[in-house]
Amino acid sequence: MAERRIIQATGMRPLVRPGRVTLGATILALLAFAAVFAPLLAPHNPIDQDLMVSFLPPFWSDGADPAYPLGTDSLGRDVLSRLLYGARIALTVAVIAAFLAGLLGTVLGLLAGYFGGWVDALISRIVDIWLSFPPVLLSIVLVAVIGSGLHSVIIAIVVIDWTRFCRVVRAEVMVQRNQDYVAAAVTIGLGRWRTIVSEILPNVAPLLIVLFSLEMGIAIIVEAILSFVGLSVPSDFPTWGGLIQEGRLYVNQSPWLMVFPMVCIILSVLGLNALGDGLRHRLDPVMRR
Amino acid sequence: MIGRQVALRLLLAFPTLFGVALIVFILLRVVPGDPIAMMAGVTATPEEIERLRGLYGLDRPLLEQFWAYLGQLVQGDFGVSITRRLPVTELIFERLPATIELSLFAMALAVGLGIALAVAATYWRGRAAERMTDGFSAFGLAVPDFLWGLIFILILGVLIPVLPISGRVDPSLSFSSATGLYLIESFFRGQFDVFVSTLSRIVLPALSLALPLAAIIARVLKSSLAEVMQQDYILLARVKGFGRFRIVMRDALRNALVPTVALTAVQFTFLVGGTVLVERIFSFPGLGNMAIEAVVNRDLPLIQGVVITFALIFIALNMLIDLTYGLLNPRLRHG
Repeated sequence: MAERRIIQATGMRPLVRPGRVTLGATILALLAFAAVFAPLLAPHNPIDQDLMVSFLPPFWSDGADPAYPLGTDSLGRDVLSRLLYGARIALTVAVIAAFLAGLLGTVLGLLAGYFGGWVDALISRIVDIWLSFPPVLLSIVLVAVIGSGLHSVIIAIVVIDWTRFCRVVRAEVMVQRNQDYVAAAVTIGLGRWRTIVSEILPNVAPLLIVLFSLEMGIAIIVEAILSFVGLSVPSDFPTWGGLIQEGRLYVNQSPWLMVFPMVCIILSVLGLNALGDGLRHRLDPVMRR
Repeated sequence: MIGRQVALRLLLAFPTLFGVALIVFILLRVVPGDPIAMMAGVTATPEEIERLRGLYGLDRPLLEQFWAYLGQLVQGDFGVSITRRLPVTELIFERLPATIELSLFAMALAVGLGIALAVAATYWRGRAAERMTDGFSAFGLAVPDFLWGLIFILILGVLIPVLPISGRVDPSLSFSSATGLYLIESFFRGQFDVFVSTLSRIVLPALSLALPLAAIIARVLKSSLAEVMQQDYILLARVKGFGRFRIVMRDALRNALVPTVALTAVQFTFLVGGTVLVERIFSFPGLGNMAIEAVVNRDLPLIQGVVITFALIFIALNMLIDLTYGLLNPRLRHG
């Protein structure tokens, strides 16, 4: 049962009609391709400066240099190469942060949902407290406190976004707990932990894949926000948010500097949202019409 | 009956408030090895740091510090801002109205736009207009509020400069506000130049905040409208010969609105949270802009004050939402 759902979720079964899942998976694949092969795809070193060629326009404009397809920034660095390396950072943060947030949230959600009682009361109260903070402000303060850098960004996302997983998993486990298969597992003498890990968890897994996909999109946005505020990674590192922030300074001379990284973020998030939504529709029999 | 519910909710808010205070304390005073060194900067001498440490009571045991800190919070005393040298509470009250005005204006835009989109999609069901609104919803959700802000700055501020993109009111206009709510106050006092100036500066940040919420509202309302349109009484209205527009607007919309109202209330807190960055982008002098300034300047008392103020707003909003649910849904009323 669970296996079949996962096969559907990962899109390994022939698709009935190309839709959001295909669109999302394609964009995600492109993003992964750009991130993995950035050193091969990038025409230049992303931090090499050449003041002789600063503010070159993209290839379709007059005065463009074919060696710099998407133009150059204020220091003559190649925009295309910076975007490709930016995809690396975005994807790294997205995968690691979404995975860790998912892990923490799922464990707490399973505990709260399965045991109920004071365990649930305690975890739910913590979630309530967490939801009392504006997430953007909390992440900015958190990174300011623990110091900037990629690992801080990941920690901030995990610390703030585990509640998304926790709430959904808790609610789902509460439904699953009353199913016959759980009673059967208890009857044949499975312990509590065995029941949670090998019986309930697989039935929650499809939901987790959906949440993971959506969380990756959120992580990309948060990373961009922190870079934008100047708290992510040192400015030598080309992050999409950092590129937007730099581009903003020269928006009158060369608006493209800001447009390209924005397009990258929007396309990535659009793709991940489409994937998550598409999977949700496909996995939920009620929504699958 | 309702009085008891309110009392219960208030009582339940206390552990949350305590938790919030504890988290802020840990975050700002325990985690960073030395908040004083962080505040004093690299040029401070050891004596200066020692003096500051005594001043803020950081040389005492942690538990004692926490107790003193709670005492201050209960009195609404957030200390004095390091960079501005003014009481934090004063600074917060000065900025709060701007953020409230922006949030409410954005909310109104989101609701109006969301309903219009859902109604249009239902009215032109199965035609190009429906696909267009669906596309807009997907796009509205994928683009976070701060990117909308940058898009607007790029298009309407730089490429076709039609609207001002920073501040709250034209600096050359003198306007001393009693409430801090410029838009409403200038309108009722008949100072229309101030009103227009304020309006032209609030539209873009408000729209940036409103678009993602409008997309969510449009999506949920559209699906409840689709459900309602299947009901028998809609068929009856059709048989009676009422026009399609009247049916969608009067019969369907009224019954489809309840889930949307509930959802909008919950999403409103996210919109308020989004003001932090959007205000920064548009140099809008609200609470969020001051929060980022405080973080950049490492102004610890100010950071603490702003974070706790936002948390209080969120807790109050969540409480209001819970109470409204209780009133809207009679089954929960006796729970």
